[in-house]
Amino acid sequence: MQSDARMDEIRDGLSEVECDVLVLGGGTAGPMAALRAKKKNPKATVILLEKANVKRSGAISMGMDGLNNAVIPGYATPEQYTKEITIANDGIVDQAAVYKYAENCYDIIQELDRFGIRFQKDENGEYDVKKVHHLGTYVLPMPNGETVKKALYRQLRRERILISNRYMATRLLTGPTGRVAGVIAFNTRTAEFIVVKAKAVIMCMGAAGRLGLPVSGYLYGTYENPTNSGEGYAMAYHAGAALANLECFQINPLIKDYNGPSCAYVAGPFGGYTANSRDERFIECDYWSGQMMQEFYQELVSGKGPVYLKLNHLQPETAEHIEDILHKVERPSRGRFHENRGTRYAQSMIEMHISEIGFCSGHSASGVFVDDFARTTVPGLYAAGDMASVPHNYMLGAFTNGAIAGEDAMGFADGHDFESFDAGDVAAEQTRIMAPTTREDGLPPNQIEYKVRRFVNDYLQPPKVTAKYEIAQRRFAEIRQDAEERMMVRDAHELMRAAEVWSILDCADMAAYASLYRTESRWGLYHMRADYPERDEDNWRCHVLLSKKDGEMHCEKRDVAPYIVPISDEEMGAYYRQRITATA
Amino acid sequence: MPLANTPTSVPVLVDAEKCIADKGCTVCVDVCPLDVLRISEDTGKAYMKYDECWYCMPCEADCPTNAVTVTIPYLLR
Repeated sequence: MQSDARMDEIRDGLSEVECDVLVLGGGTAGPMAALRAKKKNPKATVILLEKANVKRSGAISMGMDGLNNAVIPGYATPEQYTKEITIANDGIVDQAAVYKYAENCYDIIQELDRFGIRFQKDENGEYDVKKVHHLGTYVLPMPNGETVKKALYRQLRRERILISNRYMATRLLTGPTGRVAGVIAFNTRTAEFIVVKAKAVIMCMGAAGRLGLPVSGYLYGTYENPTNSGEGYAMAYHAGAALANLECFQINPLIKDYNGPSCAYVAGPFGGYTANSRDERFIECDYWSGQMMQEFYQELVSGKGPVYLKLNHLQPETAEHIEDILHKVERPSRGRFHENRGTRYAQSMIEMHISEIGFCSGHSASGVFVDDFARTTVPGLYAAGDMASVPHNYMLGAFTNGAIAGEDAMGFADGHDFESFDAGDVAAEQTRIMAPTTREDGLPPNQIEYKVRRFVNDYLQPPKVTAKYEIAQRRFAEIRQDAEERMMVRDAHELMRAAEVWSILDCADMAAYASLYRTESRWGLYHMRADYPERDEDNWRCHVLLSKKDGEMHCEKRDVAPYIVPISDEEMGAYYRQRITATA
Repeated sequence: MPLANTPTSVPVLVDAEKCIADKGCTVCVDVCPLDVLRISEDTGKAYMKYDECWYCMPCEADCPTNAVTVTIPYLLR
């Protein structure tokens, strides 16, 4: 252990290591990708690089209360689930990846079970799956959900995955043909650089969760784990990979101020629901979709708000049982928040709100474009979890698609040698990252970050207005210039925050650019364009792919792959009929 | 342009009586996703050096002596 002063001292330096498969991010998808890659070829070297510490990193650092999308034989079919997600995502889905997830996730549940993670069973020993979605039954509680990260860590140790904690990756290295060659990272406590050469790279770097500013104004009071500041999106972009449907923002319902999940999925099966200030239900189904968020937003701004999570009509024991689940796993400080305010679920309704915007395919659909093998458009580069484009995939999707990525990436690594790269790229990246350490005077990263995110709220939060988006683009360019010329840091920890500022700025620019490109409204609140209020099936029933072309941001349309599971027009409309007619 | 020292009330509290960082323990520093905890050179005890907290609680849950308490940051309390 270094002493306090030495710990964050900027030391600089550069070393190089190599491996067959490199996994970036040790949260949910990452550990499973590393384990599966190693299982495919036990002789190969697998490195897991993590910005925090694998023991407690990522969206589920404290665990998870249940699976939101378990496709279990006897309760749901892959066809049914694929249909559900296609409809929830307004038809803009390449079904192959969703279907493959649905086919594989039951095996992953059983594998997690072998790791020691338990799933709730009924008195007959059958999985106790609950109905929350519009059509099917997919929600499965996890009674010891707080042990997930510990169970994963045990497996990583057992399989001798090489773990490097406290390394922040900043750029992918690519070769002359565009293939991935490795990554540049720096130690967040010493600022020492490392180049990791790899035959294949799997990015599992989470959501872009520090894009909008939460209503509290506290930079780290985000819905997502704020460690997930969008590096995955930014790095994929700069490596030339395509990113899909970034205009389909993530906006989630949450407990106001606390800014954490309200967990209607947990409360729903017990009879809890979302209500307006008149105590009335206003949405049919609490499953998150853009249409559901649109209704939520309408209620908030209509005069019937605020919106509440209503449990106080339940038996007191039931409400207390829900408190017990919600205050133990995923975000256990929620209990302390309510305690401070004297809120008991059995007595009073809980005020809800909507989250700041972000990118996260785990809940919506914005991510690095991947096929059904988790391959991005850059050869040798894979993505899984919240940052990959498989929509609505939640925790089980991160595990399942992480496994798919790990297996395919090792196959790729087995068939290829190391790709070469330009040493000049490494030197240039070191210079770029270290620039804030060369100044005696200037702007600290926290102030620059606050300003970007405040403008994200002012101008990018839906409803999306073209003129406001254009102002945002100008403000972002000004702030980018400020950061390039004046950002300064005093230690290695602040250098990490400075590096994150670049990811946040890149994500803000991508959010604005992709949103302006799609001249229609779709996905309810996620892409509600005031200037183009209608859905335009003739021109926009397609993906929007954003990528870097000749150094500039570029968007293009891409056809949705022909459906594997056909959907009738009648079924397609299911999610549009969200509002309860009696209260409309 | 010199930098100002703007004070903030930090959400993570460490009971110096219970903390055994001076005996070599670094658990809370190790597990924090935001890497905001450090061991003080002056006292040998853990403390919150950077006010960048997600109130997620691994520091409290994993502390072997129950020395750490996570409160809700004042701005959202």
